[in-house]
Amino acid sequence: MKILTLIRQVPDAEARVKLSGNVVDLGGTTVVMDGMDEYGVEAALRLREAGAEAEIIAVAVGPQRNEDALRTALAMGVDRAVHIETEERLDAVALSKVIAGLARSEGAELILLGGQEADWDSQALGAATAERLGWAQLTWTNELHLNGTALTGRHDVDDGNESFETHLPAVVTTQQGLNEPRYPTLPNIMKAKKKELRKDDLATYGAAPSLNYVSAEIQVRARLNRVIDGKDPQAAAAQLIDLLRNEAKVIR
Amino acid sequence: MILVVAEHTGGKLAKASLEMVSAARSSGREGPITLLVLGHGVAGVAAEAAAVADQVLVADLSELATYDAELWAAATAQIARAGEAHTVITPGSRSGREYAPRVAVKLDAPYLEDAISLSAHGDALRAQRYTYLSRVTETVEASGPVVVVSAKPGAFAPAAPLGAPGEQYDIDLDLPERRVTITGRSVEKSSRVALSEADIIVTGGRGVGNAENFARLIEPLADNLGAGVGATRAVVDAGWRPYAEQVGQTGKTVQPGAYIALGVSGAVQHLSGMGKSKYIVAINKDAEAPIFKVADYGIVGDVSEIVPALIEASRR
Repeated sequence: MKILTLIRQVPDAEARVKLSGNVVDLGGTTVVMDGMDEYGVEAALRLREAGAEAEIIAVAVGPQRNEDALRTALAMGVDRAVHIETEERLDAVALSKVIAGLARSEGAELILLGGQEADWDSQALGAATAERLGWAQLTWTNELHLNGTALTGRHDVDDGNESFETHLPAVVTTQQGLNEPRYPTLPNIMKAKKKELRKDDLATYGAAPSLNYVSAEIQVRARLNRVIDGKDPQAAAAQLIDLLRNEAKVIR
Repeated sequence: MILVVAEHTGGKLAKASLEMVSAARSSGREGPITLLVLGHGVAGVAAEAAAVADQVLVADLSELATYDAELWAAATAQIARAGEAHTVITPGSRSGREYAPRVAVKLDAPYLEDAISLSAHGDALRAQRYTYLSRVTETVEASGPVVVVSAKPGAFAPAAPLGAPGEQYDIDLDLPERRVTITGRSVEKSSRVALSEADIIVTGGRGVGNAENFARLIEPLADNLGAGVGATRAVVDAGWRPYAEQVGQTGKTVQPGAYIALGVSGAVQHLSGMGKSKYIVAINKDAEAPIFKVADYGIVGDVSEIVPALIEASRR
């Protein structure tokens, strides 16, 4: 069977975000594989190590620089990669058409991707892709097992967590806690250079953006930044309660 | 019509539902606001919903006794089509953001995710939303015969009741088979106010030291203030607190009147979950901790010394 693991490239969490005009400008910003997607790559590799016979294919849709993230996935142990190169920003509904199209043409049965994108803060791609394919979906998984076509595990929901059971084909979104992604070793980095990285043309997937991005701004909320010295705990506590009660008026 | 999918828990309408009605009212889109109540044994929820909506559609069906993304999406899309809804609003909760994209694909509609404001621009619907771990505010526009929206929890003021309650209609649905079986469920119940509903949240970070300190310091302070209890990822990973209390990128996003962060350093991922709070209070012994940059009030000091004094000072 084939597993698709979707990879996005995002600014490093600690990097400062800047705008030019009214769009986010990533020029000069350190970009990395989205941490949430790394759990998906690792999950695919572990399913195989646990006995699933699978070819694992990493997929990225985005600018040329995404090749770096795909090479990282190849060095982690993914078999081959598909890069659909585009500068266009596709929202989840549009992008799901591309991913679903690729899943169909590859005959994939499992798609893994991060639960929330670290750049666009979206959680929608997994669900939208599952809907296009008519597949089941499991979001926010923190435990995953595959036995034949039976998929079991645990995932977080609004008010706690659930154990689940379903069957392939399925889309699974991943998050911290699922596993500890491996670091590529030097021999594997060398090997990855020889692995296939195929370029697909976005046009073949017939996806058009469904949203119009009007503007972006960085709103920094002005904070009072009033610091109280904690040397005298009683006095500091009394002062804080007084400020919250009488100045901010947030406690009674 | 504007179709709003109600969120409810434990037989009660959730605050998120009132927020979504408010989002609908503020959207500048015309037409009756219709609340769709999906579930089983939801008569009480429907009655509460009628107080704020022009009409309430109630699908009280045994198949809907527990949530399932595919069933919720199928039900919502069916009603949206039948009622020719031009706007569908779903909750910005984890489950809402799980089925809303399916609704959008079913309706061949654009999807405005996690909206913090809505406004009509001609035929288009504009939403503001946060991106880049909540550091950027984007304005996004969608058009077409129908637009699907999820409304960020806490971003819209809860709607006030209407003068006269809306009509209630029972509906039947053609639902698919469930493909996902839930074999176990652990609900993390807290006697305190839920994070999504809390006006004040007291959160402990790794600086609290251990699970015992958390119970000894954070809980009594929260009780004195009538606050919800939050935790950082590190605290949840260490097993001191349940996941339901986690605030941040991989936990809940909150926007209370006051967010009191104790022993929290303020990693970007945590800030993305609470940075929009009205007032932020930080207590940390490290004066250089990033949390102080976003704090209105800060005390540089040891939580194990300051918090007992705060518990004393906040006792009513």
